[in-house]
Amino acid sequence: MTHTIDDAPFAVEMRDIVLRFPGVLANDHVNFTLKRGEIHALLGENGAGKSTLMNVLSGLYRPESGVIKIRGKTVQFNSPRNAIAYGIGMVHQHFMLVPTLSVTENILLGLNAPRFFMKLAKYDRKILALQKAFGLKVNPSAKIWQLSVGEQQRVEILKTLYRGAEILILDEPTAVLAPQEIEELMGTMRTLTDQGKSIIFISHKLNEVKTVADRLTVLRKGKATAEGIDPKNLSRGDLAELMVGREVIFQINKEAQQPGEVVLDVNDLSTTNNRGMQAVNSVSFSIHQGEIFGIAGIAGNGQSELVEAITGLRESTGSIRINGVEIGNCPPRRSINCGLAHIPEDRMGVGTAPNLSVTNNVIMKNYAQPPIRKGWRINYPEAQNHAKGLKAAYDIQAPSVETQVRKLSGGNLQKLILAREISGEPQLIVAMQPTRGLDVGAIEVIQKLLLEQRRKGAAILLLSEELDELLELSDRIAVIFDGELVGKMDSKDTDINTIGMMMTGSLRSES
Amino acid sequence: MKSPIKITAERRMEEIPKWLPLATSLGAIVISFTISGIILAFSGSNPIRVFRFFFNAAFGSWGAFSDILVKATPLIIIGVGCCLAFKMKIISIGAEGQFYMGAFFASLVVLVPLVPLDSPKILVLSLMALMGIIGGALYGLIPGLLKAYFNVNEIITTLMLNYVAVYWNNYWIFGKYSDAGFQMTPTFDKVAWLPRLADMAKEIPFFSGITLHLGVVFGLFAAVLIWAILKHSRWGYEIALTGDNPRAAKYAGINIKGNIILVMVVSGALAGLAGMSEVTGVVHRLQERISSNYGFSSVIVAWLAKLNPFAVIPVAVLFGALIVAGREIQPSGLSFLIQGTTLFLVISSDVLLRYKIRITRRKEEIV
Repeated sequence: MTHTIDDAPFAVEMRDIVLRFPGVLANDHVNFTLKRGEIHALLGENGAGKSTLMNVLSGLYRPESGVIKIRGKTVQFNSPRNAIAYGIGMVHQHFMLVPTLSVTENILLGLNAPRFFMKLAKYDRKILALQKAFGLKVNPSAKIWQLSVGEQQRVEILKTLYRGAEILILDEPTAVLAPQEIEELMGTMRTLTDQGKSIIFISHKLNEVKTVADRLTVLRKGKATAEGIDPKNLSRGDLAELMVGREVIFQINKEAQQPGEVVLDVNDLSTTNNRGMQAVNSVSFSIHQGEIFGIAGIAGNGQSELVEAITGLRESTGSIRINGVEIGNCPPRRSINCGLAHIPEDRMGVGTAPNLSVTNNVIMKNYAQPPIRKGWRINYPEAQNHAKGLKAAYDIQAPSVETQVRKLSGGNLQKLILAREISGEPQLIVAMQPTRGLDVGAIEVIQKLLLEQRRKGAAILLLSEELDELLELSDRIAVIFDGELVGKMDSKDTDINTIGMMMTGSLRSES
Repeated sequence: MKSPIKITAERRMEEIPKWLPLATSLGAIVISFTISGIILAFSGSNPIRVFRFFFNAAFGSWGAFSDILVKATPLIIIGVGCCLAFKMKIISIGAEGQFYMGAFFASLVVLVPLVPLDSPKILVLSLMALMGIIGGALYGLIPGLLKAYFNVNEIITTLMLNYVAVYWNNYWIFGKYSDAGFQMTPTFDKVAWLPRLADMAKEIPFFSGITLHLGVVFGLFAAVLIWAILKHSRWGYEIALTGDNPRAAKYAGINIKGNIILVMVVSGALAGLAGMSEVTGVVHRLQERISSNYGFSSVIVAWLAKLNPFAVIPVAVLFGALIVAGREIQPSGLSFLIQGTTLFLVISSDVLLRYKIRITRRKEEIV
């Protein structure tokens, strides 16, 4: 162990890492190496052990056995503080920033200097210098809430760099970004590695991994199925197979079909957000039977408010009709009875009651109707049968129908929600971010289920930030920007770049 | 030097066994008595003797046991009402005031009087029960409306309304309905007394002096009712869903405002019924301090019972025993000490339901 910092073979070397959670072997003799100046992608389904491995590296967990070497030196981290001292910085998927404070204030938060007086001008200059070195542009005196998501992410990266990070862990950094922002991020990552930083890039998205990563490690069920291989020569299919252990069909099998009658008719809809500001501005559109209408947009442009207005969870002006029946400003029960199914954005916060059982969660929409309802009572044996049926039909992985749903993985939770909503044979499905955060296997299932509903004649409103998915699934696409629909087009007549431009407001087309 | 063993708490991933909540609660009670015993020993008494005395004071005779059940009766009736509200995560601590209002409304039947006092007993008592229920329900309706329509914090409103109810009660017993200037009404006519076991002492001498009254049947009935609501009814499902995630409940089309009001009304009605049962079964008049903090103790009883209406019954009996025994021993604070430590430990013992404690030998450190 006489390597100096610069000629050490690896920036990070993890050997035979074993970590066990009750009943699960989260990391089963995993090896992982990161060379200085490289981007190493870490790929795997939810629950494959990626986060666990990174939490071991950043000092949150201690492995049961295994060796960690940082720049050739064996280390043992007792807390994240130790890891930061060794130059390991993590950029979380969910930003940890205080919205009302400035960029500089956020970067300094929790540090020992400055001790008493903030001397912001001095630190603003320091941070500008840091920005210049790595090509990360943000106004240091801007407040976080004024920044776009991409800029906020830059602040997070600056935060780790300011703390002296040499090894950056980026946890699904592209999940929240628009296409142009993703390209900028990839540029930034290259600049960082050119300057000698090393990056661990966690992702679900196979295309990005192929584009940006120098090497690749794939985890599946706690084991590495590929260790430090070169992704350039692998196809998307090969990568997916390494991740899920079987072949994955990427070809979405969407049959051409003639749309039927109008199901949802939205006319001149406006609504405000929680702070009372205009969030949706005079939006009109309609969706037909057997048609998927996609709405693209960067998060926070009125999507959530639009969906809440349609599903009866938010007050609005204008009209919303399902098969001619007005449901705007009516209690949710009315739209449910009109055959509306809603796959909410927030699975835990809205879509399920986490401490209740699978059974109690699948009867949320039909508990007031026979056969689940039996007079004043709920027929629990019947409800359990219903739940068992859905569990089998939709392959929801849970120990039993009495398991609390908070113990389910993200993919299984989403399958449960879809099972519940679809089993009511809906006329209209409003799905917001139905595949976000899911692994390829679960995404495939969810997409298939939506297409099957389209075939059965349901009208589907799909809101997603995954443009590939939106383009492939939708029959027609609109883009929402600043509360307005800035373009409606046939999905055959458009491409990702056009939509991306519209999402950032730099292009409008009325049709 | 690090200790050779390591104690870690791990989040439970698997289902918890059905017996575990009961075991941890019982364990907590045992530990709380142990702690109280240690404190007693330090204060110079013999804990074993004190506890034996304590036990005899509570369970030593049928008379004493019947006293315990009399004390447990309001705790059961109010406690199951608390289960309902807490299940929906409505933290109503207004049972004390609702209890007084129920007692007041029920008393009006004989004080006004609303029916001639030579009416059949069953009619008078039924009307009193109904009035008690109405009084408590109306008094639960006020904070219910405030919470549903103006999102006013129910903890504050229910707490404040308790004081209002006590003084409202005082106003009438000091004034219009005072018995010759004393702070109480005249004793009710016997027609307004709930039947007691002692009433049958002529036929069955064993019941002589046994004060247990019909109110305990109200308690059992209330427990069955609330159990049926929570466990089997559609309404109970809505309550559980709203309690666990109000946003999901709204999304499922549940009328949350209506349910808040209804839950407050029903739990208030039960507290009002408890007030009626106390004035007709125990004190036989309206007076000051008819409640020995039943409204507040019931909050604790419901929590200790883990919001299970049937578990409320034994817990209420335990609390009744603490009240009865507390009268017999000095310092009387001991029963409060046990109550406090029990509550603290039972609530803390929930940690064991969510985490598994593992004791492992520390491995050789990797250097």
